[in-house]
Amino acid sequence: MSWITGVGLTRFGKLPGSTTIDLMSDAAALAIADAGLERRDIDGVICGYSTTLPHLMLATVFAEHFGIAPRYAHCVQMGGATGFGMAMLAHELISAGTVRNMLVVAGENRLTGQSRDSTVQTLAQVGHPRYEVPLGPTIPSYYALLASRYMYEFGIGPANLAELAVLMRRHAGMHPGAQLTEPITVDDVLASKPIALPLRIMDCCPVSDGGAAFVLSRSRTNEFGVRILGAGQAHRHQHISALGDMAATGAAEAMSRAIGQTSFKVRDARYLAIYDSFTITLCMLLEELGVAERGRAAARAREGRFNHDGSLPLNTHGGLLSYGHCGVGGALAHLVETHLQMTGRAGTRQVKDASVALLHGDGGVLSSHVSLILEQLQ
Amino acid sequence: MNELRDWTLEQEGIVYQACRTCEARWYFERCFCPHCGTAEPLRSQASGRGTVYSVTTIHRAPTDAMREHTPYTIVLIDTDEGFRMMGHGAADLRIGETVRAGYRAITGKLMPFFDREQQ
Repeated sequence: MSWITGVGLTRFGKLPGSTTIDLMSDAAALAIADAGLERRDIDGVICGYSTTLPHLMLATVFAEHFGIAPRYAHCVQMGGATGFGMAMLAHELISAGTVRNMLVVAGENRLTGQSRDSTVQTLAQVGHPRYEVPLGPTIPSYYALLASRYMYEFGIGPANLAELAVLMRRHAGMHPGAQLTEPITVDDVLASKPIALPLRIMDCCPVSDGGAAFVLSRSRTNEFGVRILGAGQAHRHQHISALGDMAATGAAEAMSRAIGQTSFKVRDARYLAIYDSFTITLCMLLEELGVAERGRAAARAREGRFNHDGSLPLNTHGGLLSYGHCGVGGALAHLVETHLQMTGRAGTRQVKDASVALLHGDGGVLSSHVSLILEQLQ
Repeated sequence: MNELRDWTLEQEGIVYQACRTCEARWYFERCFCPHCGTAEPLRSQASGRGTVYSVTTIHRAPTDAMREHTPYTIVLIDTDEGFRMMGHGAADLRIGETVRAGYRAITGKLMPFFDREQQ
C-alpha cells in the first residue's frame, strides 16, 4: 500500500531560461509542500531522464542541488512509460518498506533547451539503429505506420482520430497551465500541416518545457486519501518492425496485471489518465484497454463520454496533445491531474466522481506499457 | 556466407535469419534464435517480395540530408519469407499490395525501395 500525499506541476510550454534541474526543483518543491512535508522527510528519490541533460546520475545531481540526502536514489529510463514506471517502482519500494517518503520527479526544457531538429533526431533513435533509423523515419512516422494499419483493420479514418485531438484541446482550455488552449475543430486537424501522413501536426503532441512531481508515502500525511492499489507492466517488443499483433501490443496485459491486484474491473473506472503522444496512441490504448469497443473510441469521444462532465472523464488537463509534452514529466502531468480530480481540487475542470482511476502509459512505439490503479478514500 | 548481399552493408539485397531447430524466422541479426535460444542460426537471402503491411508519407524529416527527399514514403513489408521489415516505397502504395524490393541511393546510402511488381 502506498499513498500519493502530494503533487506538483509547472506550467508547460515555452519557459525560456529554465533548465532541467530548475524545472525538477520547482515541481519537487510544490509536491513536498502539497504533502505537508519538509525536504528532510524525503528519504528516496526516483527521477526521469532528460534529453537536454543526459547525465549518468541525474537523481544524485538533483538531490545534491535540491539539498536532500536520500537513502535511495536513481534515474529510470522507459521512454514515455517512465512516469508511470517510476510510480510503480515507488509503490513497490514503499510497500517493501525501503523508504517512507519517495519523491518522484521529472523536468526538462525540451522546447527551449535544444533545437527542434535535435529533439526529432534524438527521439527517432528509439528505432533500430541498423535496420530502421538509416531509412530516415521519425517518431511520428512510427506512429503513422501504426495509424495506417489500425485504420485499415478497424475501419476508421483521420476524422475519427481528430476527435481525440479536439477533446484534448477542449480540456486544455480549462487549465491555466496548458501549452495549447485555442479551441480546434475536426476540420482544423484535417487541414493542419502534414507531418507523417496520415498524422498531421494536430495529431501530434507539442514539444514543451515543464516539470512534474509527486510524493508517495507509506502513511497518510494529510486528508487526501489517494492510494495506489495496483500496478503492472508489459514489454513485448521495442521496434515497430518487431511488433506482432496490432490489437495486442501489451497494453491490455499490463492493465490486467494491475487490476488483478485490486477488487475492481475496468468498468469500475470513474476517471481515465491515458498516454496520448499522438491521437492514434490514445485511440489504440482506449480500445485495447477495453474502455471503448474496437474502432469506437472516437465515436465515444464525440458523444461526450470522455468530457470532464461526461460519464468517464479522460485527461481533463488536456493530455500530452494540448497540456504539452516535456518528456518524462508529460505522463506525470496525467497523474497530477488525476490526484487533483480525486481530491476535488480541479477547479472548473472538476469531475463529479474520480474515486477510482485507471492510468496507462506507453513508451517507444507502444513498446513499454505501465498501468496503475488509483483509489480515493474519504 | 560471404555471397549474401545485405543493404545495411551497402549491398543490393536483404538478409534474414532462420533457426536450425525451431520454425522461427527473423530480420534483426543475432547469433542465436530469439525464440528458442539455439546458437548459430542460418542466414539467407530474401526474395525481396512481400505485401505492404503499413505505409506512411513523411513530410517532416529528421535530418537536413533527408529533408531534401521530402515527402518520402516509408513502408512496413510482410515478406514472403515471413519476417517484417521497414523500407522506402512508392508514394502511392496501399496496404495489402504485393511488392518487390529494388534499391536506391538516398542521401548517398543504398536503401531498399519497394514498388509493385512489373507485369
